[in-house]
This record gives sequence, C-alpha cells and structure tokens, in this order.
Amino acid sequence: MSLEARSRPARKADADVARLREDFPALAQKIDGKPLAYLDNAASAQCPRSVLDAIIEQQGMNHANVHRGVHRLAERATAAYEAARDKVAAFVNASREEIVFTRGTTDSINLVAASLGGSLLKPGDEILVSGMEHHSNIVPWQLIAARTGARLVPVPITPAGELDLEAFERALSDKTRILALTHVSNALGTVNPVKALTEKAQAAGALVVLDGAQAVPHFPVDVRDIGCDFYAFSGHKMFAGTGIGALYGRAALLDRMPPYQGGGEMILTVAFDSSTYNVLPYKFEAGTPNITGAVALGAAIDYLSRLDREAVAAYENELLAYATDRLLAIPALRIIGTAREKVGVASFVIDGIHAHDLGTIVNDESVAIRTGHHCAMPVMDFFGVAATARASLAFYNNGEDVDRLILGLEKARELFE
Amino acid sequence: MSGLKELYREVILDHNRSPRNFGEIENADRVVNGVNPLCGDKMTLYLKLDGDRIGDARFEGTGCAISIASSSLMTERVKGSTIEESLDLFNDVRDMLTGARDPDDRMEKLAVLAGVREFPSRVKCASLAWHALKSALTSDKREISTE
Repeated sequence: MSLEARSRPARKADADVARLREDFPALAQKIDGKPLAYLDNAASAQCPRSVLDAIIEQQGMNHANVHRGVHRLAERATAAYEAARDKVAAFVNASREEIVFTRGTTDSINLVAASLGGSLLKPGDEILVSGMEHHSNIVPWQLIAARTGARLVPVPITPAGELDLEAFERALSDKTRILALTHVSNALGTVNPVKALTEKAQAAGALVVLDGAQAVPHFPVDVRDIGCDFYAFSGHKMFAGTGIGALYGRAALLDRMPPYQGGGEMILTVAFDSSTYNVLPYKFEAGTPNITGAVALGAAIDYLSRLDREAVAAYENELLAYATDRLLAIPALRIIGTAREKVGVASFVIDGIHAHDLGTIVNDESVAIRTGHHCAMPVMDFFGVAATARASLAFYNNGEDVDRLILGLEKARELFE
Repeated sequence: MSGLKELYREVILDHNRSPRNFGEIENADRVVNGVNPLCGDKMTLYLKLDGDRIGDARFEGTGCAISIASSSLMTERVKGSTIEESLDLFNDVRDMLTGARDPDDRMEKLAVLAGVREFPSRVKCASLAWHALKSALTSDKREISTE
C-alpha cells in the first residue's frame, strides 16, 4: 500500500455528509471547546433527531403496555410496536413472524444457544466458531456446550485477520451442528463471506447463526439471500438506543424450538399442570418488551432507508481508506486487521505507547475512540497484543474527524518521545 | 492539555520507559497476579520478606504508562519498609487516587500519581499495583482484579 495519503473523499460527498451531520445533535457539541470527533461507532452509534423525536413521542404520548389494553393508548402502543417489527422484517428481508425483539445481539445469541442448543445438541456434537468472534458469540456457546456435552471448535484466522477458509473446510464434519459466525468483526472490520460459508455449513448439516451487529449499520443485509438460519443485531449500533435488538430466525425452526424465557405475553393459556405457548414471534417475547426501544429502532430504519445505502457504503470505504493511509504514515504504527474485505474499523497499535494512553491523549482533542480488547480477547491473543486502539466509522464521519485523530496521535508521540 | 500534562508527568513517562524493579524474584515469599479485566492490563508482583520488612519487591507485566509507572514507583517505595508501613501507605495512596485526600509531603514521588484523579477511567490503572501489594501482604489470594 502506498504511504502517500490519498486525498480526502470528494467534495460532493463532503457536502452531503455535512447535511447529514446536522441530523445528529450529539455531533454538533463541543467538549472543552473542541468539536467532538466521534470515532467509536462500533461500540455505539449516535441517534439522529428523528429517532430522538420518536422516543419522546412514544414514551410521552403513547406509553402503555402492548397487546393487552382496550384503551386508546394501549392501541397506539401496540400499533407502533408492531409497525416497528414490520420495519425490521423489511430491513433484513424477513417476514414479521421471524423477527423477535430482544435486548440486543447478546440476548439474541443467548436465546438461540439456550433454546436451540438445549433441544438439539448431544455429547460429541460440535459448534464451530471463528477466531474473530466477539465474546457474545463465544460464551453463550461455551455455556450450552458445558450443559450438553457438545464441543466448541474455534476456526483460526489468518495474519490478515481473515477466516482461514481451508481450516474452516477441514473443521466442518458430520458432527458440526452449529456454525456461529460474525458477519463483520468488531475488532478487525473483516467482512466474512457469509453466503458461501452458510452454504457449506448447511451442506454439512449444520445450522448457521450470524452475528450481524457490525454489518447492519454499514450495508444492506438480506437474510434470504444469505440463506442463514439466524441473524442477530443490536439497535444501538445502528443509530437507535441501547437495550433493543432483534433476532431473525427461520420460521420453521423458531416454530420447533422451545421457548427461551417464560412469563406473560409468550403464552396462550396457563394452568398449573401445563401451559400452551403463543404463536411466533410472541413465543420468544416473555414479559413487557422494550416498546420505546423497538419504536426507536423502527425510526432508525426509516432514517437509514431514506439514504442511498450503496452510496453510503462507498463513502465509508473511501473514508476508511483515507484513515488507513494517514494512520500508516505515523512511524511505528501497525494496523491490526488488513482483510481484503473490510468495513468501518481501523484497529491499530503504536510501538511504545499503550492503547489506553493513546485513548486518553486523543480524548484531550475531543476525539472519541475505543481502546482495549474490544470484547475479543482471542483476537488480541492471536495478534500478540494486549489491546488495540480502534477508530470506527459511521456515514456521518468526515475527513476532519480523521485529521483530528491523526493530530491527537501525533501529540501522543511527542509526549512519549 | 493541563490535565494531560498532570497525568503524564515526566516521572511517569520515565518510569514507563525504564521501569524499576522489573522482573521476577525467584523464591519469592509472596506472588500475586493482578488483572484489570476492562483493559487487559496484567501484572505479577513478587515480594521477598525479611522478617516484618519487605526485603525485595519486583514486578512483571504489560499495561499502560500509568499502570507500569505505578508498579515501578510502588516497588521502589516499599522496598525496605515494614509490612505495617506499607499497609498504611496503601491506604494513603488509595485515598489520594480516589480524591479522598490531597497528596502531601509523605507521598514524595508518589504524588505524581494524583494526576489520574481528573481521569476517572484511569484510576484503576494506577491502583492495580497497590491492590496487588495489599493482597500480597494480607491474604493468601494469589489472583486479584480491579473489578
């Protein structure tokens, strides 16, 4: 790769991004007199005003429990909640009974692991995970493996941070019951070829669970085209609030699976000798859900749907290339994760300066990045680092955000010289 | 920038660049592993006791500048102190890091660690070594965590 920095993304895009930035109140603020450069989107992305408005309207005017009351507010709350489900279903090209609202990706994966794992797995069965998974796509499987006697099999990654495809083929066998794989790595930015991998895993007789938390904010996802059995994602990484997410599951599978949690909402009838369960997707939504969260997620999808998502993805890639070039011009800086297919993430280390010190020093320039192990300790172990600094992009970031990061990193180098 | 200059004082940068007492003590009387699970910082503290005094103190590990400098300064300071003096010092340093007291003359060089008080997310980086010290002197626990 050339060390000569590419020029900042084109002026036309700059103007478009400047307009989009006005939709995000958080981005307009100054911290200690310096404009915020928010480059921690892979941890949590900011909300546009339309999402904030939806939260206030739902919580302020339509607040009531769903699916129960006969009064007007209960009707409004139910309609808004179910309209959000329709939006989520359309967003990933699923049908509405295949969309379960959850607390987020972690909750979605735990649901699948507990319900499917408990009913499907037996001693000697294997669950394949990749070496680039977030802890949330490792630990739920470890727990269910310990309960059932199944075995967790990690598939290694390459020094570029891509899945080792030959090792993947070798690891697949007639013992493989589940492939649990991230669509996009949160620590490295690697985009996995999930369609091809799903096909291979299903041909071997496995079910495929994809972690889409880092994919949906960046590009359109079509679960039917991918062909996966489950797809999990979170609201707060795609410009809605925390505590809401969704699980897509193929209807035929969800129908056969036992409930995850018991309680109100998920039942049809309850007697002390037995209960009957509600239809999909309600069977998996015990208790009063995060109604406002779901409505906000729907509003975030509305926002994203108004964008030209192909153009947004192209702009983000251009900005990532610019950020990568400028980072590589810093002496002793190494990028962790150099996959050919990457989105949104530049993870890096600088020799002699710990990631936490980098994070604190760039924060002094009001630049927000993440530092640490990114809930992906196996990835850190693989690259032989304790922690990395990670700048992660959204479509509302611009060249100036990147330039301010570089300025902060240069200050860190001066300080530690 | 003033807060940042307070945090990364020359003493801190120097102890990060050239940590004192870095390495293992073979036949140590006390060995404690400390981790900060939030950031992955790890340190191992080795103490050699000489009666009721700390005869030697060394450490190994990886971490940020604050964490390495704090370990280095701690081992430098407690070497030769009695166990009781070291435990008193632990209390004073903890109070200084959390802002319960201001650094005074008794702190000597350790006063530089007070810079973390303006950076709540970094207090644990400075305190890891001190919790390892307390654990080494007061309990049989060989693993400690900042959480």
